[in-house]
Amino acid sequence: MGKPASALSKKAGEFMNWIDERLPVTQFYNDHLAKYYAPKNFNFWYYMGSLALLVLVMQIVTGIFLTMHYKPSAEMAFASVEYIMRDVDWGWLIRYMHSTGASLFFIVVYLHMFRALLYGSHRKPRELLWVLGVLIYLALMAEAFMGYVLPWGQMSYWGAQVIINLFGAIPSIGEPLTEWIRGDYFISDATLNRFFALHVIAIPLALLVLVVLHLAALHQTGSNNPDGIEIKKHKDEQGIPLDGIPFHPYYTVKDIFGVAMFLLVFAFIIFFWPEAGGLFLEHDNFVPADPLVTPTHIKPVWYFTPFYAILKAVPDKLMGVMLMGASVVILFFVPWLDRSPVKSIRYRGLQYKIMLGLFTVAFIRLGMLGMAEGTPAQTIEMRVWTFVYFAYFVLLFFLSPKERTKPVPDRLTH
Amino acid sequence: MPTDGVNNGRRRFLIATTSAVGATGVGLAAVPFIQSWQPSAKAQAVGAPVTVNIGALEPGQILKSQWRGQTIGILRRSEQTLDLLPSLDDRLRDPDSLESEQPSFASNEARALRPEYLVVNMHCTHLGCVPEVVPQVGPEPFDDDWKGGFFCPCHKSKFDMAGRVYKGVPAPTNLRIPPYSYIDDQTLLIGVDPVGEV
Repeated sequence: MGKPASALSKKAGEFMNWIDERLPVTQFYNDHLAKYYAPKNFNFWYYMGSLALLVLVMQIVTGIFLTMHYKPSAEMAFASVEYIMRDVDWGWLIRYMHSTGASLFFIVVYLHMFRALLYGSHRKPRELLWVLGVLIYLALMAEAFMGYVLPWGQMSYWGAQVIINLFGAIPSIGEPLTEWIRGDYFISDATLNRFFALHVIAIPLALLVLVVLHLAALHQTGSNNPDGIEIKKHKDEQGIPLDGIPFHPYYTVKDIFGVAMFLLVFAFIIFFWPEAGGLFLEHDNFVPADPLVTPTHIKPVWYFTPFYAILKAVPDKLMGVMLMGASVVILFFVPWLDRSPVKSIRYRGLQYKIMLGLFTVAFIRLGMLGMAEGTPAQTIEMRVWTFVYFAYFVLLFFLSPKERTKPVPDRLTH
Repeated sequence: MPTDGVNNGRRRFLIATTSAVGATGVGLAAVPFIQSWQPSAKAQAVGAPVTVNIGALEPGQILKSQWRGQTIGILRRSEQTLDLLPSLDDRLRDPDSLESEQPSFASNEARALRPEYLVVNMHCTHLGCVPEVVPQVGPEPFDDDWKGGFFCPCHKSKFDMAGRVYKGVPAPTNLRIPPYSYIDDQTLLIGVDPVGEV
């Protein structure tokens, strides 16, 4: 049986050679998978990157199918979404995959960003990797916001009204700018139609380009790891990092396990809890958009509420908008704000652990308060956590260089 | 590339001028695309004045109408309501409507052509939500000493019965007053002021 098989593999080898001379398939496969060496100690937090990629692909595929039935006009949008839910075969599944995918995208991305703060994955030499990641996050926010407008329910309409009017706070050019964004004197068909175009073409293209650049930057420096040590410092004779293992098969197999677990949760939500009690799909959005009536309790979807709480905490329009903008923009500077001599939280002092803990509580609490009614007591609490949120970055800059750290090992610990 | 006999100055000049012309071309080509986002001719044409019959309106009642896509409220105010207005001045950010947007005929205390009827653009000057009308005087969850007015559910901005903004809320200015005039005692024309200007 040996001979025919080897003849066949010889033929296959010749075929691959023919291809490789014209398109570097084998080289690409080796550079980025089979001979791309990643640290051997990745843990739970390192699932998030591949999961984010999975959700991106799912959003694109389900989105393409939704555009085949959705009508981007103020007259027909709401009814066409109901048509997808009731009359299109499996339409409900595709739509719930898309709406649940949006929320899970943010969960995965928030955990992915938190991982960087834990292990210092944004520190030198990975600053650009982080900056590209924040750009992806910004694009994702724009994508999610515009997608939320498309069903043209009450929350779509009034959410768009509030978010677009944020630009109106800019002195002198604010009013004409909001008019230009809306394409009308109020949120109308023109606004919906252009948001559709941006949501299905412009921003997804930008997202894909940014993701490719993010991965290019990752593969240039190699992954960080829970110890925050550069594995490239210790290589064998062939130049392979001693603490590295090839991405394929080791991490492809690990990531497939993560994907399976993730899809289990994903499917559970789609089948049993697609609205997530009003968190993923808000109750008011099941009422068609009405320009005459603002819903009594208006709030964005959960993933924007921490920033919305910062906006609400400030009793001044321009200051509120500026502080909210600053709360996102400041993320770009984290690689340079953190000046600690060590990267990973495993070797950082108690002070950073407390700061990161408080920052995490502040972010979650702001998120909860952003959806709340807004009693005077809640407003005061929002101000406290807004202060904590920004204090994290300020203290990080001033305290991190003098931090008391633990000795960092030379090689990975396990 | 052979470099002898190269005129570097000329080469730099050609690169600079080609880049400048190219960049200008890209900039000019962007104009039509950016302009295409402006309100279209059709959207501009829809902004015609509207007439509203206010004959059936009782004191404390509000009638909502639409003009240029904006929600316009017509609120009939009682004598007591109007008498309360001056007492609120020290709780307001702009009691004399100096920084707010209204036609000149409405820059008085009642912010109206005829004090009895407040004609107001209902959109909150903060982020454009439509506030609720809470005309009753008395304690409310959002204000223990409420004198009646508008309360925005979005970000808790408060306005009095003349649409004047309270201090300490996110809205920066009073509710806007659109141009309007009376055709007769029962009919209002929104979009045209008494002098006939649109």
